[in-house]
Amino acid sequence: MQVIEREELDRLIGLLAGDGYEVIGPTLRDDAIQYGPVRGIEDLPAGWTDEQDGGHYRLRRRDDRALFGYVVGPQSWKQYLFPPSQTIFRARRDADGLHMEPAPVQAPKRAFLGMRACELHALAIQDQVFTEGPYVDEPYERRRGSIFRVAVNCGQAGGTCFCVSMETGPRADRGFDLALTEILEGGRHYFTLEVGSDAGQAVADRLSASQAGEDEHRASMAATEAAAAQMGRQLDTQDLPALLMGNLEHPRWDEVADRCLSCANCTMVCPTCFCSSVHDSADLAGSEAVRERVWDSCFNQAFSYIAGGSIRSTPVSRYRQWMTHKLATWHEQFGTSGCVGCGRCITWCPVGIDITEEAAAIRATDQRRKRRDG
Amino acid sequence: MDDLAQVFAEEPFFSGFSDAQLRRLAGLARPEVYQNGRYLIRQNGSADRFMLITTGHVVLKAFVPQRGMVPLETLGPGDPLGWSWLAPPYKWHYDGRALERTEVIAFEAEGLRQAMEQDHELGYRLQKRMIEVIAHRLQAARLQSLDLYGNPAGDLP
Amino acid sequence: MSARPRDPMLPRSYRIESVESELPGGEVFSWTLRPRGGELEVGQPGQFNMLYQLGIGEVPISISALGEDGTLIHTIRDVGGVTRNMAALSAGEEIGVRGPFGTAWPVAAAEGHDVLLVAGGIGLAPLRPVIHHVLANRERYRRIFLLYGTRQPADILFRKELERWRGRFDIDVAVTVDRADASWRGDVGVVTRLIERGGFDPRNSIAMVCGPEVMMRFAVMSLERRGVPARQIYLSMERNMQCAVGYCGHCQYGGHFICKDGPVFPYDRLEPLFDVREL
Ligand SMILES: Cc1cc2nc3c(=O)[nH]c(=O)nc-3n(C[C@H](O)[C@H](O)[C@H](O)COP(=O)(O)OP(=O)(O)OC[C@H]3O[C@@H](n4cnc5c(N)ncnc54)[C@H](O)[C@@H]3O)c2cc1C
Ligand code: SF4
Ligand code: SF4
Ligand code: FES
Repeated sequence: MQVIEREELDRLIGLLAGDGYEVIGPTLRDDAIQYGPVRGIEDLPAGWTDEQDGGHYRLRRRDDRALFGYVVGPQSWKQYLFPPSQTIFRARRDADGLHMEPAPVQAPKRAFLGMRACELHALAIQDQVFTEGPYVDEPYERRRGSIFRVAVNCGQAGGTCFCVSMETGPRADRGFDLALTEILEGGRHYFTLEVGSDAGQAVADRLSASQAGEDEHRASMAATEAAAAQMGRQLDTQDLPALLMGNLEHPRWDEVADRCLSCANCTMVCPTCFCSSVHDSADLAGSEAVRERVWDSCFNQAFSYIAGGSIRSTPVSRYRQWMTHKLATWHEQFGTSGCVGCGRCITWCPVGIDITEEAAAIRATDQRRKRRDG
Repeated sequence: MDDLAQVFAEEPFFSGFSDAQLRRLAGLARPEVYQNGRYLIRQNGSADRFMLITTGHVVLKAFVPQRGMVPLETLGPGDPLGWSWLAPPYKWHYDGRALERTEVIAFEAEGLRQAMEQDHELGYRLQKRMIEVIAHRLQAARLQSLDLYGNPAGDLP
Repeated sequence: MSARPRDPMLPRSYRIESVESELPGGEVFSWTLRPRGGELEVGQPGQFNMLYQLGIGEVPISISALGEDGTLIHTIRDVGGVTRNMAALSAGEEIGVRGPFGTAWPVAAAEGHDVLLVAGGIGLAPLRPVIHHVLANRERYRRIFLLYGTRQPADILFRKELERWRGRFDIDVAVTVDRADASWRGDVGVVTRLIERGGFDPRNSIAMVCGPEVMMRFAVMSLERRGVPARQIYLSMERNMQCAVGYCGHCQYGGHFICKDGPVFPYDRLEPLFDVREL
């Protein structure tokens, strides 16, 4: 573990830019922390924090000048690797027949500054979906191949966070190139620095950093321990997949579906949701066409459409699909949970539906037990 | 056991019946053979027999005004032919016509009803078996009426 | 470069060599397709391709037969937006094809067994290559049954072929319809009734079932009642599909992706989910 002073972060941003990376990090935009280009530390939301709860998000002033004193906002990094809309191919018909040309893939070098531990886990989960199956999503793989990851450990938890339950945070243990922990202490503002890869080492070597002393080391660990102790939510994951799959007909699904607006916000903000649809369109003459791939959500009724009607035509079935996918069937598909506990779906749900509360309600009234006891 | 009892002892329909019960049934039974195209039962005819098909096939048809005789269901080996003999007014609802040479075991219905009345053990067993058959056919009939294979887009021009 | 499959999202051009109307009015039609340039990517019975029509859309369609000399046959029912447009294409035009994708019918595992092919409606098309395969390798199988249910006599697919199969003594072909007029001499009733007639050795049978989900549900019940074990019953499942390669999420069925874990599944893997509504 090393230490860099606050100003050295500015140099880090400059170094990355000098290496050809577009540095993207948290910025203040439209009353929320959103990701965008960062040219120096002056672009970071210094002195701000966020207040989050079910259906509630508000920025507040901090009483210090912390640069990373908030948690995650409505966006996630997935938008850069799995863009909301992308062209897959262009097709053209001429006298020779039909021709299909793959669309060029833009894979700019980007440095993601301020990735939280839960987001690194989300990234690993999306890597698995897009690049570790029998087929590889090549555009994703190319974009993914040109990023540099600067993690920032959380020194405080948000009101809807539950990464401790999901074992994804608050401290980044792997999956980063560099990891920072911000510390404000006795008038000093510095970061501890950990290196997670060769690429990270090559950058760290050019920073003016010192070895972390015992106090600095302890302060760094204490920061994430404090965050862990403040989790806004918790989720009991014990046997969760079996619990949910054994309760597919639980009346609680109906109750939550009564509140659910099927707006799909939860899936749009979720850093692991990977669903998409393709759209085809042709020019007026019908001789040229493009195929686009856009984010989709299991909350949309058309998502499960097959000729004659949608399979999941009721909100009940769609809410159940979402939650069982995140917490249960994902394990079967990918060997991990599909939820990293970032809390976005709770915060950005217009009616404040809370995945942790729903899971707890089903656990409290497990129908399997009832069935077994007759 | 005589020959006939032996024949139907091997029918899955009668599995679980005791020898004594089979013997009693055998006393009411006789084999019948229908050539291709012959009627086994006629709509509105008296349901005076209970028949179990052993070989061949029988089509059940109903008369539908303007459409003529409409085939409803085809029965084959192991299938009991109708249950109108079980409940008043003991009249067949359909025509049953052999689609090929068809052999059945026919039980005289009046005698059978009396036997069931006198020997509740036998009556229970037979009714239970018939209910399985009826439940099953009802399910199949419902399925058949669902138009499972219809075009999901509706009827095409 | 590693030998990774070519970009799975990019279709290849295939020429429609011929169009055959399978039902009066063309509601169901078959295409014989030939790749323009390059070899046909030969699929297994049960696998499917994504067929793309320029600017209109793309649909999953099972392989209906392997044609002669490097052609591929798909049988398509006109049910909506894309298939209706496809019905209007004629020989000589080109479409895009991605695939083959998905799991195959267990033709190898069925060797040495009785083979029960249970088809409903358009579900006969995905089973047709199995029939071709088992008949071409007849000595490897024991009794073979084709039990086919459809709506009415006019909707019977592949009539000429069915007649040919019926004429053979080494396959039992039974066709049943839900509705018939007075002229119909065949079976009337649901396809499950054909299963109940038996004639096969249930413990030693492999059943392959393809048709509307409700029909498959009842077929499974009848097969199980007859004593065919769940793991020896295979179904081909249908869900919306956009990518066919496991990352668009549309085809999820519980923890399964129908496109890559299916479409053909042994029933014991589906059993815990099969009766749950709207999954
Ligand atoms: C593995 C598999 C194999 C299939 N094999 C055949 C076959 O051999 N022959 C055949 O005629 N049909 C087959 N189907 C069904 C066929 O894909 C649909 O009938 C077709 O997609 C309908 O598209 P449409 O645009 O004409 O209908 P619309 O009702 O307009 O549908 C709009 C869109 O919804 C989706 N969609 C609609 N119905 C289905 C469906 N049943 N399955 C998946 N996506 C659907 C498609 O993206 C379609 O373009 C198969 C489906 C699957 C999943
Ligand atoms: S929760 Fe819904 S939108 Fe998200 S990955 Fe699962 S199916 Fe897709
Ligand atoms: S399900 Fe909710 S808490 Fe879990 S990763 Fe997605 S947005 Fe975050
Ligand atoms: S069709 Fe896209 S995941 Fe299966």
